Amino acid sequence: MPAMAHPSKSEPPRRRPWLTRRWAPYVFISPFFMLFAVFGAYPLLFSIWVSFFRWDGIGPMTFTGLGNYLWVLDLTQLPWPSFFGREFWVEMYSRDFWRALYNTVWIGLVAGVSQHLVAIPLAFFIHTKLKRLSHPVLALYFLPFVTNAVAVALVFQALFSTQFGIVNSVLTALGTWQVAGVAPLAWLFPQVAVNWSGPEHVPSLVAFLVWWRYVGWNTVLYLAALQTIPAELYEAARVDGASSLQRLRFIVLPLLRPMIFFAVTLTVIGSLQMFEESYILTRATGGTGRVAETSAMYMLRVGMTEGDFGAASAVAWLLFMFIAATTYLNNRLFKPKD
Amino acid sequence: MTIPLTPVLQHGGRSGAGLGRHAAHISAYALVAIGAFVMLLPFYYMMVYATHTNTDILAVPPPSWFGSHLMDNIADLLERRPMFWHSMGLSLWIAVAVTVLNLFFSSLAGYAFAMFEFAGKEKFFGFILATMLLPAFVSMIPTVLLMAQLGWINESRALIVPAACSAVGVFMMRQYIGSAIPREIIEAARMDGCSEFGIYWRVVLPLLGPALGTLALVTFIGNYNNFIGALLVMRDQDAYTLPLVLRSLQGTSGITWGALSVGAAITVLPLLVLFVFYSRRLIDGLTAGAVKG
Repeated sequence: MPAMAHPSKSEPPRRRPWLTRRWAPYVFISPFFMLFAVFGAYPLLFSIWVSFFRWDGIGPMTFTGLGNYLWVLDLTQLPWPSFFGREFWVEMYSRDFWRALYNTVWIGLVAGVSQHLVAIPLAFFIHTKLKRLSHPVLALYFLPFVTNAVAVALVFQALFSTQFGIVNSVLTALGTWQVAGVAPLAWLFPQVAVNWSGPEHVPSLVAFLVWWRYVGWNTVLYLAALQTIPAELYEAARVDGASSLQRLRFIVLPLLRPMIFFAVTLTVIGSLQMFEESYILTRATGGTGRVAETSAMYMLRVGMTEGDFGAASAVAWLLFMFIAATTYLNNRLFKPKD
Repeated sequence: MTIPLTPVLQHGGRSGAGLGRHAAHISAYALVAIGAFVMLLPFYYMMVYATHTNTDILAVPPPSWFGSHLMDNIADLLERRPMFWHSMGLSLWIAVAVTVLNLFFSSLAGYAFAMFEFAGKEKFFGFILATMLLPAFVSMIPTVLLMAQLGWINESRALIVPAACSAVGVFMMRQYIGSAIPREIIEAARMDGCSEFGIYWRVVLPLLGPALGTLALVTFIGNYNNFIGALLVMRDQDAYTLPLVLRSLQGTSGITWGALSVGAAITVLPLLVLFVFYSRRLIDGLTAGAVKG
């Protein structure tokens, strides 16, 4: 740190300092605002501006108005009459922006809903049943959240490999397991190796990786909220003969509502920005037929690979509007009243 | 704002419980144990595969216990990516540099918000909180263009400077300073003629130990793991951070799973070490903001 003016003992104590009490707070908070102006606000405003131009990043910019947005949304020549039929949605799915959005929402829903369905009972269990073990167990579930997404996605790829993955070995072993000439688990487990990176299964694989990474984070959130619920409430219910499940349903869930709202909001915002998991698991391709290409991947493909900065910025802002609308709806519908 | 943390009476299953209830308890424990196992398994196999040759790993069923080829795999990795240790150094350097800067600037701003009254204070603070809601991808592409204009492509600055003062950091520091530092000592220092920066540097900062530690953990882990930011601005192999090296290995023809796993394991190792020592503090720190408000 640069040496700051600091009156030494020998100097008269009332010398006017260079930084007065009146201005000091402004100076102290200024680094955030300077950094935000350059690396936050400027790119943000620039991307609004660029989204109205055709631009490859190098050549001249030509104004196209809403052209980029219309090109990205790609709503021309849709078979509108069959809106309630299959044909319309198949056609929608063939259009990049909508397919990516669908993939993102699908993976987000599958991973997100299952995360919360597991995290709430798990937090309740850790809170009420585990004593000295509560921290180690919580830490195990939380570990995936702090580790590098690229590293673990690579390991997942090995574990879920079609030919040699341990997951397929276990599943097919269970599926072909025979007792007295019959395979009792054949209806539940596959008999042949599953192609996890094929178009049929890769979205589920991505969803599983997302679930695996974030379930501990949600558990931590719920556990923190549970610790604020007074013990007397449980105790009273237990004395009245309520079972664990009843206590979870009638005491814990209502009191957890604010945290559920908060955690779900974080999941929604995070899911719609999903990138790394699918990027690594599909080797940046989005999978065969781009069935696991997320919206963020699509945006980067348009911007960086295809070099269309205008359209990529339009994707970014459409996605932003979608996130804002979803968050707003979530707020209106589910925000607990104080 | 703060909900008081009340210690909760804990109780296990009672011995008088019926058989069905007992079975339910046991299956709940079993489920939680299986879940914990699933969380740990990928790390275990990462380590196991790091010690095997490709022939072993491609066998059916694959190995589930450690082999003896760790050094061969490291050698293979270094042969394919001679810059691997350089990349690791770069990753660590970026994470450490961001952490130091973020601790300094965030605590300075947090101190101003916690201990000063000034015009527009809550508006400024509200603005900082609002920036947390901005999705990162919205400005991603123009950020690349900005970095190109600044000549920061392939420079570690491109990942350090923008992260030097985080909104989360300012928020955490304001909370902590407001609750843990008495205003009197600041007034006393001021009466003694200490300069405004001197009060922060000599009086406030030394008292921030626990909060700085938590923020340091969060910042270090977040920036060490930063993949998409590095993907956008670090283009040349000698500027790759560890996640980019791993990603670049993925497509290489003839790459062995052993080399990949050993790379992944080395990447994750610093995080595992930090986690083993500081998981409690990390978990507490991350949820500190969430339980409020």
